[in-house]
Amino acid sequence: MLYINCPHCGMRSQNEFSYGGDASVKRPEINKEVSDQEWDNFVYNRKSLRGKHLELWQHISGCRQWIKVERDTGTHEIFRTFKADEEVA
Amino acid sequence: MQKYSIFNLVKNAFSNHENWDLAWKDPTPKEEYDVVIIGGGGHGLATAYYLAKEHKITNVAIIEKGWIGGGNVGRNTTIIRSNYMHDENGLFSEFGMDLWRKMSQDLNYNVMFSPRGIINLAHSDAQMNAYARRGNSMRLNGIDAILLNREQVKEIIPMADFSENVRFPIFGGLMQPSAGTARHDAVAWGYARQADSMGVDIIQNCEVTGFDVSAGKIKGIRTSRGNIKAKKVGICVAGSTNILAEKLNMTLPIETHLLQACVSEPVKPVLDNVVTFGAGHFYVSQSDKGEMVMGGDLDGYNSYAQRGNLPTLQHVLTEGIAMMPFLSKLKMLRTWGGIMDMSMDGSPIIDKTHIEGLYLNCGWCYGGFKATPASGWTFAHTIAQDRVHELNAGYSLNRFSTGHLIDEKGLGTKTWIS
Repeated sequence: MLYINCPHCGMRSQNEFSYGGDASVKRPEINKEVSDQEWDNFVYNRKSLRGKHLELWQHISGCRQWIKVERDTGTHEIFRTFKADEEVA
Repeated sequence: MQKYSIFNLVKNAFSNHENWDLAWKDPTPKEEYDVVIIGGGGHGLATAYYLAKEHKITNVAIIEKGWIGGGNVGRNTTIIRSNYMHDENGLFSEFGMDLWRKMSQDLNYNVMFSPRGIINLAHSDAQMNAYARRGNSMRLNGIDAILLNREQVKEIIPMADFSENVRFPIFGGLMQPSAGTARHDAVAWGYARQADSMGVDIIQNCEVTGFDVSAGKIKGIRTSRGNIKAKKVGICVAGSTNILAEKLNMTLPIETHLLQACVSEPVKPVLDNVVTFGAGHFYVSQSDKGEMVMGGDLDGYNSYAQRGNLPTLQHVLTEGIAMMPFLSKLKMLRTWGGIMDMSMDGSPIIDKTHIEGLYLNCGWCYGGFKATPASGWTFAHTIAQDRVHELNAGYSLNRFSTGHLIDEKGLGTKTWIS
């Protein structure tokens, strides 16, 4: 069982969350010429490496907020959690 | 190579079976090979076997970080089927079914292929319609399919829950009678033994740490046991594909995810077929030892852990108990996990890359085991001829850019979010 520290609600079990994928992916800007390659990178291509991974989770059975979680994909250890709009240093 | 036969079995019995040859050797890597296959799983071993058998290329090495049969080829639920709707998947898998039927003779190794049939249960009228459509598409591609009504399903699996007031009543199902199971370890060992006998070097405990590429052409690989020159290199490493891709500065339409499976204590024969629950993701068959072999959903988050968490297992088995209530009486014997190369449309990639002499075989999601022979056969063709075969032409790497996705399930781009 993973325990995720929701920045809004505190420590909760993974059962309350749903996963939203790589949080470092940025949508191409609107009103700008966007190449096919940029769309590919946004929609399909992912690094998905072993080690620290910044990812989105939604506290779907709690406050329903999207949050960012820094987690190790090799050990499942969770290091830090952030609000969705928080800058991650 | 010593042939496995009743005659040799009797002969070796007189010496207490102490004089059998080793099934494969443990060679030191040579300086150079014509082809290096990275990954000694089912697909890698099959690729090397078909390179030697079909294309007479025997100066081949398989580089395996762990040991033969220790990855997904020994971690799956052994299901073999070709019940796909799309032409690319259907024709590819049905080609594989032919190889499965001949495999034990071909490899001189009993892979215990058991064409016991698979039944996908339907739980609504809409799902029956969808299955009728899929079944018709299968039959147009020469694949056997039978649409079963509720009474017919009840005759085959009377232990399923046919009561009236259940949340997901059984309306019927789609059956592929020629689908089945095989002993997964034997598939790895059989391919390894034959490849070895034809001159392929199987190099275990050897990790690939980098690639030598110059002027857009592959020159060799770097490993924990030294540099190896190679004219051609095939990557066949399932869940570890992204790790190798990073060393090549490639970003692929693949995420690595975790899938669990489990077996119950052994019980007397109760289930003759492979059965899947249609209102979620759960599948079950009974092994020859009597264990119920079960699996279902991914854990859902990127992972390289090869072990899972209980919430997903509980969710999957809840579906199993809804389908066959007797499963709740069984004790769990073992659970384990493997890491899946989840492609963005749910279909695999077998293709050349932008680097000359470098070939890619990945994206099998949770359907890699059944594809073992067809994947090896087509990947060997792609490497030997330096062009894709018509069977894997659809499994191109650039289909994500061009929009030619093969989206079997209609789930969109993130197949694991459902």
